[in-house]
Amino acid sequence: MPEVSILSDDFVRELINVGEVDIVVGVPTHNDARTVGQVVQAVRAGLLKFFPRERTVIINADGGSHDGTQDLVRAASISDQTYGSSVHALRTLHSISTEYEGGPASGIALHKILAAADLLQAKACTVVSPESTTLDADWIEKLVRPVLRDGRDLVLPVYRRHKFDGLLIRNLAYPITRSIYGCAVREPYPADFAFSGTLGSHFLAQDIWNQEQGRHGTELWLTLSTIVNRYKVVQSFLGAKTRPDDAPADLVQAMRQTAGTIFSSLDSNAAVWTSPVAPLEAPCLGCGPAIALDPLRLNRKRLFDMFKFGITELEPVFLSILSTDTHDALRKLAGGPEDKFSYPAVLWANTVYEFAAAYHKAVIGRDHIVQALVPLFRGRAYTFLTENREASAEQVESNIESLCQTFERQKPYLVELWNGKK
Amino acid sequence: MWQNFIGELVRAMNEILGNFAHFLPRFLEMLAIVVVGWIIAYVLRAVVRSLLKITRFDKLSEHTGAASLLRGAALPSPTEMLSRFVFWVAWAGFILVGINVLGIVGLEQHVTSFFGFLPRLFAAFFILFFGLLAASFFSRAALLGGVNADLPSPRLVSLTLRTMMILFVVSMAFEEIGIGSRTVTVAFTLTFGALMLGLALAFGLGGKDLAKKYLERRFAREQFPNEPAKEREDELSPL
Repeated sequence: MPEVSILSDDFVRELINVGEVDIVVGVPTHNDARTVGQVVQAVRAGLLKFFPRERTVIINADGGSHDGTQDLVRAASISDQTYGSSVHALRTLHSISTEYEGGPASGIALHKILAAADLLQAKACTVVSPESTTLDADWIEKLVRPVLRDGRDLVLPVYRRHKFDGLLIRNLAYPITRSIYGCAVREPYPADFAFSGTLGSHFLAQDIWNQEQGRHGTELWLTLSTIVNRYKVVQSFLGAKTRPDDAPADLVQAMRQTAGTIFSSLDSNAAVWTSPVAPLEAPCLGCGPAIALDPLRLNRKRLFDMFKFGITELEPVFLSILSTDTHDALRKLAGGPEDKFSYPAVLWANTVYEFAAAYHKAVIGRDHIVQALVPLFRGRAYTFLTENREASAEQVESNIESLCQTFERQKPYLVELWNGKK
Repeated sequence: MWQNFIGELVRAMNEILGNFAHFLPRFLEMLAIVVVGWIIAYVLRAVVRSLLKITRFDKLSEHTGAASLLRGAALPSPTEMLSRFVFWVAWAGFILVGINVLGIVGLEQHVTSFFGFLPRLFAAFFILFFGLLAASFFSRAALLGGVNADLPSPRLVSLTLRTMMILFVVSMAFEEIGIGSRTVTVAFTLTFGALMLGLALAFGLGGKDLAKKYLERRFAREQFPNEPAKEREDELSPL
């Protein structure tokens, strides 16, 4: 029990009462009373329907909610279940909750869930987001079955999302994961995912838990670590994922969690990716159309204005990070009219790679490097919105594919920058 | 009389020779100290230069803005400047020790004050270097924060912050070495006070509505955490 020390005595006592289990479902929360009840009920229904014979437990790690979130999770006990009469619970379903300190931070919650799953010697562990309001019983089966029955180590989700949702994932996290580590996973920063007990132990052994990656962006870090260590990865199509009404739009924080985590991972795993990397297959189970086309109003002009403003105001910062060619090209873009504006894929790939190299060399404070990428991403987001405004789902997929191929073609440029040849 | 003159001359010559014989070993001792001091200072300079190169001091100085200041004044790199500084301080120390050996009355006190001054000089240098580093860090943080929050004139805010911090650091460094400490401190206090008063008036009068809205939004949100935020037209979902 190497990680038991991070669990409180009371929580360990509860876990001992539960005993050894086959499946752990982790739910990290913080003031999620509005949605968590629905999510936990769906989880419970999924466990009863698809895994009635397995020993299961729902574990909630809460960051100090004041809205009764923990009570809602605890209430998901087997005695008050109202599922169809044809389904009977063969085993007790425990639903326990613990509060962690130093939060809210999804990484700390995940650490608690991992430690608990390790203590209970779970064969499979799945983590679901309390905001996944479209989660139904099938999701649990689609996430857990590949681990429990097919011997996969990590199951990542594929959602059907609006074509303009997850822009940072589609324009940065997905292309860079695919081009650098050779694994095409559509959601490298998952909200809902599952992993084997073996991989859980590997996660626990990471030395990130006292660092920033162990607080925010942890899921992305663990995905990258899984790929780097060549565990068996699979993707599972879960269906539609809607945006929560109060989805945080803090782009700086999102950039820290994605770009910051990816750059840090590149730094830690340079020996792996700077030499040729064999592709790691990540087949998609039951994949369907992943792009939704509902109308969505977005203010593109503001994105363009903020890009221009950033280029002008951050010139001294960009001079430390970017090459002269890239900087000149960006200034030229910012100087042109909005209707002619286009941030080409090659320039975007080179920009991201130059930022990654600057992060590696720490030319200025690393957090400042990540923050400086925000206005440039706004420019890229503008171009993505413009290119795909009238596009069909197939065209959007084709544009994303083309962007990934550009990142792959430009990878030698990153290696040269990294090794100081440019 | 002639004999008296010769006797006096011989006595004077003997005295001069005696003094010279008394002074010569001390002079040679001083020369030896100065030469050995030069060698030690030279080695020290090489060691400091290597250490600074290993620790990438030039890169750190780039962050502080000190390197660009030196470049602007056509001076060598910070590593070179600091290693030369160490060389001269060390050698000057040995020269003063050497002079002290000569036993010239009045010089001993100056030598003692010089060695008493050295720690303060190093402390001032330390304050200046890390102060510039902090000024550079915080002004860049303000610039990035301002740009990403779409605030007006982030460069002006950043420059103001940087100037204020540099003024503060320079005044602290001068105070440490005791050069015009009162003048610099008073000048800094006046400038800082005037700026703060100006900002207080500007924000107080100009931004009261904004502050009211911000506080209302913030506290209303904290009281009702489950109330959905108003969807903005330009809100992106990056993740």
